[in-house]
Amino acid sequence: MISQLSWKIGGQQGEGVESTDRIFSTALNRLGYYLYGYRHFSSRIKGGHTNNKIRISTKPIRAISDDLDILVAFDQESIDLNAHELRKGGVIVADAKFGPTVPEGIDARLFAVPITKMAEELGTSLMKNMVASGASWALLGLPLEVFNKAVEEEFGRKGPAIVEKNIEAVKSGAEFVLEQAGGPLDEFKLDEADGKQKLFMIGNEAIGLGSIAAGCRLMSAYPITPASEIMEYLIKKLPKFGGTVVQTEDEIAAVTMAIGANYAGVRTMTASAGPGLSLMMEAIGLAGMTETPLVIVNTQRGGPSTGLPTKQEQSDLNAMVYGTHGEIPKVVIAPASIEDCFYDMIEAFNVSEQYQVPVIVMTDLQLSLGKQSCEPLDYSKVQISRGKLVTEPPALEGPELFKRYEFTEDGISPRVLPGEKGGLHHVTGVEHDEVGRPSENAVNRQLMMDKRLNKLNNLSIREAIRVDAQGETPDLLIIGMGSTGGTIDAAREMLAQDGVSSNHVTVRQIHPFPADALAPYLEKAKKVVVIENNATAQLAGQIKMYAGFSEKIESLLKYDGNPFLPLEVYKACKELS
Amino acid sequence: MATFKEFRNNVKPNWCPGCGDFSIQAAIQRAAANVGLEPEQLAVISGIGCSGRISGYINAYGLHGIHGRALPIAQGVKLANRELTVIASGGDGDGFAIGMGHTVHAIRRNLNITYIVMDNQIYGLTKGQTSPRSAEGFKTKSTPEGSIESTLSPLEIAMSAGATFVAQSFSSDLKGLTSLIEQGIKHEGFSLINVFSPCVTFNKINTYDWFKENIVSLEQFPDYDPSDRVTAMNKIMETNGMLTGLIYQNTTRKSYEDMITGFKPEGLAKQELAISEEQFNQLVAEFK
Repeated sequence: MISQLSWKIGGQQGEGVESTDRIFSTALNRLGYYLYGYRHFSSRIKGGHTNNKIRISTKPIRAISDDLDILVAFDQESIDLNAHELRKGGVIVADAKFGPTVPEGIDARLFAVPITKMAEELGTSLMKNMVASGASWALLGLPLEVFNKAVEEEFGRKGPAIVEKNIEAVKSGAEFVLEQAGGPLDEFKLDEADGKQKLFMIGNEAIGLGSIAAGCRLMSAYPITPASEIMEYLIKKLPKFGGTVVQTEDEIAAVTMAIGANYAGVRTMTASAGPGLSLMMEAIGLAGMTETPLVIVNTQRGGPSTGLPTKQEQSDLNAMVYGTHGEIPKVVIAPASIEDCFYDMIEAFNVSEQYQVPVIVMTDLQLSLGKQSCEPLDYSKVQISRGKLVTEPPALEGPELFKRYEFTEDGISPRVLPGEKGGLHHVTGVEHDEVGRPSENAVNRQLMMDKRLNKLNNLSIREAIRVDAQGETPDLLIIGMGSTGGTIDAAREMLAQDGVSSNHVTVRQIHPFPADALAPYLEKAKKVVVIENNATAQLAGQIKMYAGFSEKIESLLKYDGNPFLPLEVYKACKELS
Repeated sequence: MATFKEFRNNVKPNWCPGCGDFSIQAAIQRAAANVGLEPEQLAVISGIGCSGRISGYINAYGLHGIHGRALPIAQGVKLANRELTVIASGGDGDGFAIGMGHTVHAIRRNLNITYIVMDNQIYGLTKGQTSPRSAEGFKTKSTPEGSIESTLSPLEIAMSAGATFVAQSFSSDLKGLTSLIEQGIKHEGFSLINVFSPCVTFNKINTYDWFKENIVSLEQFPDYDPSDRVTAMNKIMETNGMLTGLIYQNTTRKSYEDMITGFKPEGLAKQELAISEEQFNQLVAEFK
């Protein structure tokens, strides 16, 4: 019995790789296994190698595995490109159609299953995915009923005949491979899962769900990889809550429409990736200057320019922190787990209204698109706070206007929505006085700048830093952000076996930087390693600038487009420790 | 009911004496009163430039945003609270140069807002550079030998983008302009009103006198039918875009808000933010 294994399916893009993965992993989720997925894809629709990898475990996991147990291949290219990941004695399930061969030097068992032929015999080659996932499932020796139930749900709306055909396809794949292998493979016999119901979703879906729970009712956005799933999710769901999504002509329209809607009182978001965020910068400044709440999600991908649109990177940090001209208060939050994606959206909308500032929620491609197990989400934790929003203000006298930008102790002024009789005021991106009228008065200018910039002095989001400490004075303090946390934890387990103790801090509040919270951990660690998917050590830069300890901070950087693997982190940390 | 005076505030415009924008400001105030609005029911969203300041000169809700983006901001306001009357306003540089993309798509989208362009064929606030509306050969600081780009025709562009309300006016015609703004506000969809607004400081060609000589009022054509798209397009081209009056109106196409599935007549901003536990559980069930 084993507690985890890794499975990968590869083929040409548009050939059913996605759907095979979806159905296979949905069924595993039903059994209560923890799953963590990784999509390797290119910026095109049909053709070109693509693969999906999932790690299956009886315990929580948040990292891709270093190696692979089972490779399902729709073509020889998938074998040639991925077989090197197979551990010794791993298995390849390949379509017999292309005469699969095991590359030289690879020690693997090959099962050539007539995947295409079986699917075609059942009526359509589209059912290749069912044959392939059926064969995979059978090799693991898992109960077929669970799998068939997942099939039923996937195809139920297409009618019983289609369901029947697909179940038939699963069965043919399963039977064929079992006969070849002489039954399920013992070495893949997984321990039973805990059976607890988990959610299985991508970060972008958790963001969409979190937004609705937070009261977001409008989204204006322009399609872009890897953010579009947020928009697609909300397009399906928002009408049920009276809201809508507008696909705008560009990202500038997306963000300014969101500013207009937030000004008028609806929690509105936009989402994009690096190129879109670059276009939004001037408008983010407007939100900062006019103290209009605004929530933007940046699903980071490989930059600069078009960069690597379908690959992992965490290189927008500096752009998010420093990207607007002039000086505005702004919050940047980096969720570090699928659960964070949900809860952080609620926090982002609350913070944006409480502090009347733009909030950027910065994920990365692996967190946004990697499908993974998610602990049950807690409805009771969804609290909506709108800060100093005033309803029905008293009537105004004569030409008097509402002091929308009133100087207050905490710098946050009462906010009123258009439509309120006693709330008339002006809003402008020009420097302005307390009622919003343009003003070039030098005294007013300084007071207004201080008022805006001091608003965030006391801000601390839920778990501004997340700490997993093994000891007071560890050999190593490993710091990361975003999707790298699970990989770091996997590496720490290996380090612990070598006697290297480590603490792990995940920085979640990127800006304003939580230096005070982080400093004690930096101080006590013998050495600090900052791990990030970029070339210029941007997170390490923030740490050094705001918290210090430069002399003991080392960086582990990866910017080849792929997420870190546990072994890479382990080896680098071992060397540095 | 509010009178036009209640749409005035005590801010002195920074426009040059004689600027056409003063009349447009007055026309908006009169039209707002004439259609029965109270100041708090109106939101004026403006761009950047001399004309962009207009939102600050009207006693109503107003947002003076960033250059070229008045329309997406205005559309956001309208989507958030469709009970508000939303007027977007800005200059020809704002709407037809930096913001042209938004103009075309706002027209296509057809939200129920009114867009008033204060068209002076020049960049005023940056002290006299060419605009997309400048005539070919027009000499400015940025085109000392005369503009070598063709002049943009906003009316033709609006028509081809599927506009449901296209009008043009002249700032000297306060009565006609006020009436067109009223009609624009009442129109159930996007209304574009392009207004010739002479720049007395930097445009010595397109002067008040020049406009008076060159404008072709639709009043001259008693049989003109503004619901006929082909006639409208022909008339715009025949008059080289100098036509004034209500040029085209399509009353059959529904506004964007009216076509959104499940979109209520009550402003979205007034609706409940929280979702029930049952609704939450339904959303979550999909991921099991």
